[in-house]
Amino acid sequence: MKVGVLALQGAFREQREVFAALGCEAFEVRSARDLAATDALVLPGGESTAIAHLLRTGDLLDPLKERIEAGVPVLATCAGLIISAREVVGGLKGQVGLDILDVTVKRNAYGNQQQSFEAPIDISISPDPFPGVFIRAPVIERVGDDIEVLGAHDGSPVLVRAGKVWASTFHPELSGDLRIHQAFIQSASE
Amino acid sequence: MSSESDRHHTGTVRVKRGLAEMLRGGVIMDVVDADQARIAQDAGAVAVMALERVPSDIRRDGGVARMSDPSMIENIQATVTIPVMAKCRIGHFAEAQILESLGVDYIDESEVLTPADEAHHVDKWAFTTPFVCGATNLGEALRRISEGACMIRSKGEAGTGNIVEAVRHLRSILGTIRSLTVADESELFVWAKELRAPLELVQEVARLGELPVPMFCAGGIATPADASLVLQLGAQAVFVGSGIFKSSDPASRAKAIVEATTHYREPAIVAKVSRGLGEAMPGEEIAGLETRLSERGW
Repeated sequence: MKVGVLALQGAFREQREVFAALGCEAFEVRSARDLAATDALVLPGGESTAIAHLLRTGDLLDPLKERIEAGVPVLATCAGLIISAREVVGGLKGQVGLDILDVTVKRNAYGNQQQSFEAPIDISISPDPFPGVFIRAPVIERVGDDIEVLGAHDGSPVLVRAGKVWASTFHPELSGDLRIHQAFIQSASE
Repeated sequence: MSSESDRHHTGTVRVKRGLAEMLRGGVIMDVVDADQARIAQDAGAVAVMALERVPSDIRRDGGVARMSDPSMIENIQATVTIPVMAKCRIGHFAEAQILESLGVDYIDESEVLTPADEAHHVDKWAFTTPFVCGATNLGEALRRISEGACMIRSKGEAGTGNIVEAVRHLRSILGTIRSLTVADESELFVWAKELRAPLELVQEVARLGELPVPMFCAGGIATPADASLVLQLGAQAVFVGSGIFKSSDPASRAKAIVEATTHYREPAIVAKVSRGLGEAMPGEEIAGLETRLSERGW
């Protein structure tokens, strides 16, 4: 499977390495021409305002949205989730997004870096808890009718899925645990 | 039975280094007030460094440079949603404690300020807030990591607009790492001694082929081409201090350096964003400097 990792800014290298470790051909996406060969897409963590800015200046927003709406599976983490969301609380004025996931997400909802944390998360795709790494993480405040909640923490969804789009508020790529990536790859191959 | 609080951990190495990972491929900009912070955020900065004077002004003014006024830092925190960093003096753990109490996202134990301790750096493991430290060579970088730094920036020579020292430090750190990767186990003992660094860290670097924490570049970046240069050399993100707000058109230059940092391997894009930016900050020859900031810290 060819996995394109959006590499405008953020933790794209970690995502590329995890997918490569799982036998995928993972490569970095910085422009619209890099999108053509993708069987799946990753929208990594990073700073969502910077990524949104670079999507706009690089004329990448519409080609990316078209590719996803054509049915390419997506794994979005943290900032990637914010970029994907229908509605963002606490974003910049005029901050662009893909609107591929019907959720309302609040940026930096736990507070500053001192509130970044690790905690085990119960996930429905596996019997054992998943090591959640939350870094200046957002909180999903509302989910649409088509959203399946696969994991929650403190009463809020932290891992969700809408068809071929998977999204988490935490960073599975930093946890050393491959189960979420494996489940995503399996569903993307179906 | 474990309670929720037993299972909820803040300040772990993973979340501290993790924030540095999230800043990769980005530009961290020095700002002195809320207006500059807003310009930086709108230009696509991944974080801002809040300080009262940019390095070129510190250099010009002379005297003792200290941590910024807390109200100035809070004002910037209230203005932007991206991470806010701030500087404490080398070894000044009380300033670091104050910055932690303000809730800054990263503390820079910085040679740009006047050192407070000539032998000891801050014990950075004692803090929940992660630290970034400067380094001119691999031994210095590993000593800072052993003290708990979660991000290293090559020092360069801050406030000069001259990239030559940044290149020297990057090449030194990365060149030595390359030497470690081909050394055998017994040679690593000698390397640890020569680098004055813990053996375990030397062995880890030899195995990884890179530092165990992200390495960014600082000190002298003034143009989009400078950003492209240091990223191609192996830096993973850039700090731009005086280079943006001492230029003639900060908003345009800030955006251009952000784009050049993302598309650093595409000369056509770096060329496009380099057009019509006006005057870069006035630069300085390293040989003419009264104070070499990069020589502070050990």
